[in-house]
Amino acid sequence: MVVFYRRMPEFDYVRPRSLDEALDLVGDAEAGRYRLFAGGTDILEQLKTRKVEAPEAVVDLKNIPALGGIEREENGTLRIGATATVAEVAASPLVAGGGTALVQGAREIASIQIQNRATIAGNICNAVSSADSAPPLLALDARIVCTGTDGERSIDIADFFEGPGRSTLRPGEIVKDIRIPAHAGNWQSVYLKTAPRGKMDLAWVGVAVAAAIDNGVIEDIRIALGAVAPTPIRARRAEETLRGQAAVPDLVNSAAETAAGEANPRADSFRASEDYRREVVGVLVRRAINQLAA
Amino acid sequence: MTDITCKFTLNGRTEQVSIAPNTTLLHMLRESFMLTGVREGCGHGECGSCSIIVDGKLMNSCLILAVEAEGKEIQTVEGLAAPDGKLHPVQQAFVDESGMQCGACTSGMVLSVKTLLDANPDPTREEMKEALAGNFCRCTGWELIFKSVEEAAIAMRQGAAR
Repeated sequence: MVVFYRRMPEFDYVRPRSLDEALDLVGDAEAGRYRLFAGGTDILEQLKTRKVEAPEAVVDLKNIPALGGIEREENGTLRIGATATVAEVAASPLVAGGGTALVQGAREIASIQIQNRATIAGNICNAVSSADSAPPLLALDARIVCTGTDGERSIDIADFFEGPGRSTLRPGEIVKDIRIPAHAGNWQSVYLKTAPRGKMDLAWVGVAVAAAIDNGVIEDIRIALGAVAPTPIRARRAEETLRGQAAVPDLVNSAAETAAGEANPRADSFRASEDYRREVVGVLVRRAINQLAA
Repeated sequence: MTDITCKFTLNGRTEQVSIAPNTTLLHMLRESFMLTGVREGCGHGECGSCSIIVDGKLMNSCLILAVEAEGKEIQTVEGLAAPDGKLHPVQQAFVDESGMQCGACTSGMVLSVKTLLDANPDPTREEMKEALAGNFCRCTGWELIFKSVEEAAIAMRQGAAR
């Protein structure tokens, strides 16, 4: 049984004003001494329930200007700052269009109250398989840019997740931003989700598809699955069968089956059975491709 | 653990407090300012009874640190009525339509409805459901709550037209 405390353990609070100042604090500190803090909607809950050890201090990143904002860079890359909130991303005209899947994913995250506070970067850093922003970012081929005392690195989001709650982020590293490469004008994307309740619920299955489809021919496609494996995953075998092909029903149906086979859902979940989740992957992948090809 | 001084605007007044960093904004509002309209339901962002408005945005005060109030403009349900005591149209609509049963969710609900109607003066039922998804009415009195939202929307549109 989880004992739920309403008061939090003791910790200090620091508010660095620049990335350098933040790195000076956390860069070489021993693991667990500091906890990075942006939206706080997960960490404060974890501190209350004592799921995590109390750090010496939480480091609030929200006053670092370099970590904020959403912008289109000159080469067309979309930059989503680490402290950009879920609501900011959902409302951004820069994300809409080709990044529709991310807008849809953002709007699926919890409630308005949480969306106004939580960040997309935080949703990713938690490395939860059901995170609604993960399949869209996988389908959009995003990269996670982080910085530490050893310098900056850019991680393909497909390599970012290591397991439930685990990412390749090293202690002392700070995520700077999420970058979505420029996509040609014929790219479209969609995120479909099923869950027990219409709102405020974790996905049974989340599927994001991004594709460039011209005259019914799939030039290129990326399919991402959430909540059906220890981490969010790409369905690469299904993608392969579709690339360069006409989006005819037989092919789409068989690709959806292939994607279902790539899913590896938990067998012991009380939320949905393994077979059910796999079945729903097929349904949502088919629906998503048909929607984009229509 | 070192207390931190922060200065902010609360229901239109400038306030300054020195507060422990592990205090939630919810507890500070209730215990340092006696604003008990801010309710602690679940304490982890599911129920919305602790909803407040920070710089115009609806948030759960149970998941905000008190020290983060620095420089912010905070509004609770206590700051909604006019100085002469006249209720905000959303409050009046909840009274007129009996948009509550036990009342535990009401103060958070009223603030959610206010932010919804400020942004969208004529919401559909679907839009109301989406906007209120983060506020739980465990009495399941949704029908009268939606009726209250509709009446509040009419009152606010008439108020704006005048």
